[in-house]
Amino acid sequence: MKLGYFTERPVRWIPEEVILRNGGHFAVSNSYFDREKAADDYNYYIDENLYAEELAFDIIALNEHHGNPFCMGSVMNVEAGILARLTKKARILLIGNPLPVIKHPLRMAEELAEIDLISRGRLISGWVRGAGSEQFFNNANPSYNREYFEEAHDFIVQAWTRPGPWRYEGKHFHYRHVNPWALPYQKPYPPMWIPGTLSPETVRWCAEKAYPYFGLGTSLGPTCDLWDFYADEAAKHGYEAGSENFGYVLPTFVAETEERAQELGKNFLFGGGQNSFARPEHTLPPGYNSKEAIRKLAHQPQGSWLGISGEKMRQQTEDVEIDPAAIREKLIPGYQRAQKAIQLVIGSPKSVIPKLKAILSVLRPGSLVIFSVQGPVPNKDRQTSMRLIAQEIMPVLKEHAKSIDLVDAIERKPGARKLTAGTSRRPVSDRGPLKELGLA
Amino acid sequence: MIKTSEETLNIAGEKLVILKGGAGKPLLIFHDELGYPGWMSWNETIAHDRTLFIPLQPGYGKTPKLEWVRTYRDLAGFYSQAVRELKLDPVDVIGYSAGGFIAAEMIAADPKIFSKMVLVAPMGLKPSEGEIMDIFPITMRTHLRATVADPYNTPEFLKLYGGEMTPEVFEAFEDARAESARIGWEPYMHNPALPYLLRGTRTPTLLVWGTKDRVVPRGCIDEYKKAITGARVATIENVGHRPEIENSNEFVKIVSRFLSE
Repeated sequence: MKLGYFTERPVRWIPEEVILRNGGHFAVSNSYFDREKAADDYNYYIDENLYAEELAFDIIALNEHHGNPFCMGSVMNVEAGILARLTKKARILLIGNPLPVIKHPLRMAEELAEIDLISRGRLISGWVRGAGSEQFFNNANPSYNREYFEEAHDFIVQAWTRPGPWRYEGKHFHYRHVNPWALPYQKPYPPMWIPGTLSPETVRWCAEKAYPYFGLGTSLGPTCDLWDFYADEAAKHGYEAGSENFGYVLPTFVAETEERAQELGKNFLFGGGQNSFARPEHTLPPGYNSKEAIRKLAHQPQGSWLGISGEKMRQQTEDVEIDPAAIREKLIPGYQRAQKAIQLVIGSPKSVIPKLKAILSVLRPGSLVIFSVQGPVPNKDRQTSMRLIAQEIMPVLKEHAKSIDLVDAIERKPGARKLTAGTSRRPVSDRGPLKELGLA
Repeated sequence: MIKTSEETLNIAGEKLVILKGGAGKPLLIFHDELGYPGWMSWNETIAHDRTLFIPLQPGYGKTPKLEWVRTYRDLAGFYSQAVRELKLDPVDVIGYSAGGFIAAEMIAADPKIFSKMVLVAPMGLKPSEGEIMDIFPITMRTHLRATVADPYNTPEFLKLYGGEMTPEVFEAFEDARAESARIGWEPYMHNPALPYLLRGTRTPTLLVWGTKDRVVPRGCIDEYKKAITGARVATIENVGHRPEIENSNEFVKIVSRFLSE
C-alpha cells in the first residue's frame, strides 16, 4: 500500500467572508490577490511537499484549479517540474491534468515527458475533465468535454509511443507535425491514475483501460458500488480488479490533542469547503454532464435546483441579504456529519487510526492519499499533522494494509491478473465494517 | 384553437421533426435557443391566415442531434436543404433570437431562400455596443427571468414557466442548453464573417426589438440594419427579449402588417 500526501495549496490570506458572500470560491475577484503572500506560499507549499518526502510519504500528489482561491495550483506541471528536480524518491502523482480545458494535448505530452525525465521516471499522470467552472474559465466548450478528454488522452498515448514525425487530423485536435523531442523516461509511458467523484462513464473508461480509479473523498457506500461496477467492467475486459485498481483521497487533519485538531480541522469548511467550490450555475455548465446524469438529476427531489419552479421564479435571489456568520453557523452540523461518515477524518493519532483502518478495510484501496487541511492554518500546525500522520499513523496503516493484502498499482500492474472466462471475480470492497460504523 | 400536428420527416438525409398548424401561405418559424415553448397566442392569431412550419431544432430533444452540425452555419445549411426539399422556397420566415441567427446564415448563403424575413431580437452578429448576454454560466431561472421585462405581469410567461418544473421539462431545457452551447459556444452566439456574407442582401427584412431587452442589445439590431440593405427596425416599448409574449397584440400587428405588404 502506498500513502500519499496532498494539499490544495489553499490561499490563506483571503477573508472568508468574501468567499461566503460570493457563494463559492470560483469567481471571487482576483482584486484580493496579494503577490507577496502568494510568493511566500508558492514557496512554502513546495517546501511542504519536500517535507512530505522527508517524512517518507510514498507519493506527493498535486492538482490544479482555475480562477479561485481554493487551490493555488493553477499550472500544476510547473510545480511538478520543480518537485521532479528537488525530490529523490517520492512518486509525483498529478490528480490530474484537466485535458478538456487545456485543449493542447501535444504540449501536455511534452510537459509531462519533461517531468518524467527530470524525475527519472517518478511521474504518475492523472487526467480529469476539469470542474464545471473551469470550462467557463478556459472557454472550453462543455458539450465537448468528454470528447476532448478522450481524444486528448488517446493522442498523448500516441505522441508518447509512435515514432514521429506524423500528422494528426482528429475531430477536435489537429497537428501538422507530431514529433516531440521529449519522451517519457518510463516505458511505454508513465502510469495513469484517474481521480473522480463517481461518474460511471469515467469509471467504465478506467476499467476498460485498467487505469486505477481514485475516489475523491466520496461516500463509502456509493464508492463500494462504483468499485463493484469497475470490477464487473474489468471482468468483461478479461482481468480481475483488485486493490491495485483503486485509490482514495481523504481529507485528514491530525493534531497532538483532539481539541486542537477539531478547532483547526474546521478549516476544511473554510469558505464553505469543497461543497461550495463553485455556485450551481458554474458547477454544471450546459452539456458538461451526460444525458443519463442529467436525467438522474432531473428526477432527484431537488432536481430543480438548477432550474425553475413557481416558487423559485418568485425568489429575488439577487436581493437576498447574505449573512456570512449565519452561513458559517449552518456549516457546523455538516462538519460533524462528515466526520461521522468518515468523509473527514480529524483528531489525535489515537482517534484517527481506527477510522483510517476502517477506510482501508472497506474500500481496500491500493493507495491512500491524505488531503491536508484548507483555510488559514499556520504552517506549524500543518506540519505537525503531517509528522503525526507519517510517524504515528503510517506504520500502523501499512501493517494493517499488509494484513489484508492491499497491493498498490506500483507493486502490481493493474489488469495483470487475468480472469478466466466462467470464473467469478473476487470482492473488491468489504461492506462488513460499514455496519459496525453505523454507515450501512 | 387551431389544430397543430407534429411530423417526423426524412429530409436532407436526416430526420427532422416539424410542427405544423394553420391555413394559408407557409410561414417558417425558427424558435430560440431555449427550444419551442409551445403554441402561444401570437401563433394562434398569425396561423389564421398562414400555415406555420416550425422545425424543432436537432439535438433539442425531439429531432435527433446531428453530430456533423458544429456551428450555426452548419445548421443553417441543413435547414436550407430541408426548405428546398420541401419546395417551400422562397418562404417568409420569423426567427427568434438564435433562430434569427439561423435565418441570417441561411439568407447569407442563399439570397433567394426567403421572400421576407422577420428577425426578432436576433443573435448572430457581434453588437456594435453592449454584449449578447452569456446565457451559459447562469441558471435557467436567471436566464428565463432575464428574457422578459416584467415576469409577473406577463401572463403568457407565467403560463409557460410559472408552474412546477417536471423532470421532462428540466431535461428538455438541459438538452437545449447543451446543444446551444455545442454550436454557439465560441465565438459566442455570433459569426464574425456574417456581416460580410450578408452584404448585398436585399430581402425585405424587419428587425423587431424590445427596448428592455437584456439578452440581445440594440447593438445587434444596428449591425443587422447596416448589413442588410433596406432592413427596417420596429421597436416595441417596455418589453424585453420576448415581445411576442410580452406584448403579443403589438407584435402581431407589426409583423402581420409587414408580412402582408
